[in-house]
Amino acid sequence: MTRRYSALSLFKEGLAGQTGWKQAWRSPEPKPSYDAIVIGGGGHGLATAYYLAKNHGIARVAVLEKGWIGGGNTGRNTTVVRSNYYYPESVELYGLAHRLYEGLSKDLNYNVMLSRRGMVNLCHSTVEMEMGARTVNAMQINGIDAELFSPEDVRRVAPIYNFSPDARFPVFGGIWQRRAGTARHDAVAWGYARAASRLGVDIIQNCEISDFIIEGGRCRGVRTTRGTIRAERIGMAVAGHSSVLAAKAGFRLPINSYALQACVSEPVKPILDTVVLSPGTGVYVSQSDKGEIVIGGGLDRIPSYAQRGNLPTLETVVAGLLEMFPIFGQLKLMRQWAGIVDVVPDSSPIIGESPLPNLFLNCGWGTGGFKAIPAGGTLLANLLATGRHNDISRPFDLDRFASGRLIDEAAGSGIAH
Amino acid sequence: MQLFPCPFCGPRDETEFHFGGDAGNVRPDGADLPIERWANYLYLRSNPKGAAREIWVHVTCGEFFVMERDTVTHEVLSSTALGGEHAA
Repeated sequence: MTRRYSALSLFKEGLAGQTGWKQAWRSPEPKPSYDAIVIGGGGHGLATAYYLAKNHGIARVAVLEKGWIGGGNTGRNTTVVRSNYYYPESVELYGLAHRLYEGLSKDLNYNVMLSRRGMVNLCHSTVEMEMGARTVNAMQINGIDAELFSPEDVRRVAPIYNFSPDARFPVFGGIWQRRAGTARHDAVAWGYARAASRLGVDIIQNCEISDFIIEGGRCRGVRTTRGTIRAERIGMAVAGHSSVLAAKAGFRLPINSYALQACVSEPVKPILDTVVLSPGTGVYVSQSDKGEIVIGGGLDRIPSYAQRGNLPTLETVVAGLLEMFPIFGQLKLMRQWAGIVDVVPDSSPIIGESPLPNLFLNCGWGTGGFKAIPAGGTLLANLLATGRHNDISRPFDLDRFASGRLIDEAAGSGIAH
Repeated sequence: MQLFPCPFCGPRDETEFHFGGDAGNVRPDGADLPIERWANYLYLRSNPKGAAREIWVHVTCGEFFVMERDTVTHEVLSSTALGGEHAA
């Protein structure tokens, strides 16, 4: 059994040459049946299993992951945690995630390295400043911390930005969320895996779904590369591959899959201690705790399942970065990668029962799944345990596309979709 | 930079093209259709992994066409004008 981490255990291991650490989670053989199956061993899937055990006392749970846990989008994002959204439904959702993130290291007994370094969304014109004021007002009314920044405020938090008079994207101000920041993405996956495993959840890697077992019009289990596994409730949290699994289950989703790229520079000394997003360049950037400059941008323009991204978008991102921070012109890029994201027409996630009874969805997070992991897990666990929505997940049901009650966050939050 | 074949202009940079959705997603006809039918047309997508038939527009010349493409390898298999009279 894994041991509890503490200052004392760190100290003892220091004296013992770090030789006594145990495996952080078990790797059992799959059982023939469980109370619930979670497909997808990324952040959302692992969090779902953890909250099923912790909040609902359902620990006979299997997490099925086709590769290795945290090897998909959880390991391919830019680690930003924020809740600066516009519509009340989104505020409830991302606000829940943000609050849970703030207590996550303690809850999981695993340091997810949450760093509340603040985030500024820049405004580059008087019109953008008016929209910024509108967003700040909406956030404050909805109980989310927000400040409207002046150019001097932006200069204070990001002095290396290009403030020269001939800058292509001059700063008129910005939207500031002080509680926003970053977290260690791998630690989120590993922390949830370890905590879920301690509560009895079986984490099964290298286990790909080949088919769903459908009996009497209901989903009763899955056929996998490691045998047939049955359960009365099945949830899927597989991000960019949601349409692929949906096709196996016999339905379609309002999703297109795109590659979303990011890249990281060589590590340098501390120079940027906040997250900066420019809607003008479509680029956002932060500095990792190791010193690398972590750079993200918009979606690739071509629907794709290739986890690599294409060059034109990377060129746009790097050009935008240098417009914002000419000082980065000397940096060497170390790595570039892409994750496959599931983009929905209204840029809001889909949480709810699928057209196949007993099969529940957590998908459609698009470019913003990482920040939402604790909420996605909580809500899918609630659906799997009770079979019903709660007030937070109800607006995100698949039925909104027929009823027309879309939650259009692409426009509302100014995110790059 | 990948080249996409426009059936009218020949191979051009991928940045000149815009994705237009699934091929064969025909607008439903009739006033009394159930809302689910409209939702299917407006929102549901096949989004296949692998072989895909898609509508694209070559923004530079303004023509829409059907491109068959592999969404994993990005290999283009065919490119046909919507009426079928041109092919590259």
